[in-house]
Amino acid sequence: MSAANNSNTSNSAAAMLRANLAKDLRLEWRSKDALNAMGFFALLVVVIFALSFDPTAEESRRIAGGIFWVAFLFAAVVALNQTWAREMRNQVLDAYRVSPASASALFFGKVLGNFLFVGAIEAVVAPLFMVFYNLRPLGPAWQLIVVFLLGTWALVANGTFFAALSLRTRNREVMLPLLLFPISVPALLSMVEATTTILAGDGSAGMWIKMLAGYDVIFTVAGLLLFELVMNAE
Amino acid sequence: MPTSSTKQTEANPQTEEQRISLDRVSKVFGRVAAVRETTLEFIHSRIYVLLGDNGAGKSTLLRLLAGLAQPTSGSITLHGYTRERMGYMAHASLLYDDLTGMENLRYFAQLYGVAATTDVESRCAGVMSSVALDPALAIPVRDYSQGMRQRLSLARAMVHSPEVMLLDEPFSNVDAASASQMTGLLSKLRHAGCLIVLVTHQLNIVKDIGDEFITFRAGQLISSRRRGQLRPTDIIQ
Repeated sequence: MSAANNSNTSNSAAAMLRANLAKDLRLEWRSKDALNAMGFFALLVVVIFALSFDPTAEESRRIAGGIFWVAFLFAAVVALNQTWAREMRNQVLDAYRVSPASASALFFGKVLGNFLFVGAIEAVVAPLFMVFYNLRPLGPAWQLIVVFLLGTWALVANGTFFAALSLRTRNREVMLPLLLFPISVPALLSMVEATTTILAGDGSAGMWIKMLAGYDVIFTVAGLLLFELVMNAE
Repeated sequence: MPTSSTKQTEANPQTEEQRISLDRVSKVFGRVAAVRETTLEFIHSRIYVLLGDNGAGKSTLLRLLAGLAQPTSGSITLHGYTRERMGYMAHASLLYDDLTGMENLRYFAQLYGVAATTDVESRCAGVMSSVALDPALAIPVRDYSQGMRQRLSLARAMVHSPEVMLLDEPFSNVDAASASQMTGLLSKLRHAGCLIVLVTHQLNIVKDIGDEFITFRAGQLISSRRRGQLRPTDIIQ
């Protein structure tokens, strides 16, 4: 009986998650607000940096990780602000709050959606970035994919939570970076160091990748546990 | 020290009526008391109409009933009702502008687990038709007229067949024909056992379907009258 109940609960949680993710993907597909803003922003940063400096291949490998992740940290903020702005328009979040659907299904759906949006832009911009900076990884290239996945998750899991936290503040566009950037420092450090290590072929990035994975687990769990409190704050 | 609570109790239909009780409920925002020491009882199969001027505390009372806000003091007890079986229509549409009417309803039906018990498509199409909207209308809500939006908002509130409906200004910007259709629908729901609490300034629309008319002024309940017992002084212009 209890096992059946647990199975029903997890089925319904999965159904809510699917419904939320499908809704967010559909809304973004229609408006393309976040994708356009984020894509142009990331592309501009990469092009401006490429035109401002004329680094050698060796220098490029040293600075590319920092430029890439800082560009995406800023670009992700655009998407993250959009994601909750939609829920505040027409006070749709209140309709969710009165429904029996769990807060964590909404939060996790948003994180997954943002992960796909930011990931899609990264998939387009990263190859251009490699071309602009004439980059060729000297370390194991497959590790770059792991760093990209974990790094993007770190940005969006944290960012989705803090965007929700700043939702009811008067200057939420300003508040989000103020909350998000300091707490993202450990993740950003791991992302930049891991990327630089892999590009330069300078030792193993294993420690940074593990640190990033740990950061992802901690902040995803914390977000899931605390989100209901944030959502129902009056 | 103010105390507040919201409780849900199981009702035995043999012995106890389904109802919502408010006991000395107050809601304070900063230094402003939006609702003051309100004691009320809402019983199933009735339509309650909350009246009063702007800022009288009617919408805040609905939010308290919906569980969107917690009372600063006093208690709200649900006898035989659960929050899951409530439908809430706010002053704002609570709809996604970039989705069509059916997409909005489908999403909210999924949140209420409608898919587990009924066919979502037919349920959503039925609810849309009941508020005189075409389920095949493939335009985003952004392009709906204000009246259509209002009717879709009502459809959203009833997509999961609620036992309690909390409606904030359901007739604003709705033409006379649609308003009459909506009151007919609410009347049907009442006869089916639904408890309806609605806020309106348009007393003439609901005077024939409302069972009780409760007037608020500055957060305070000033009168509660049955249909036909309304006095002109109960309605603050």
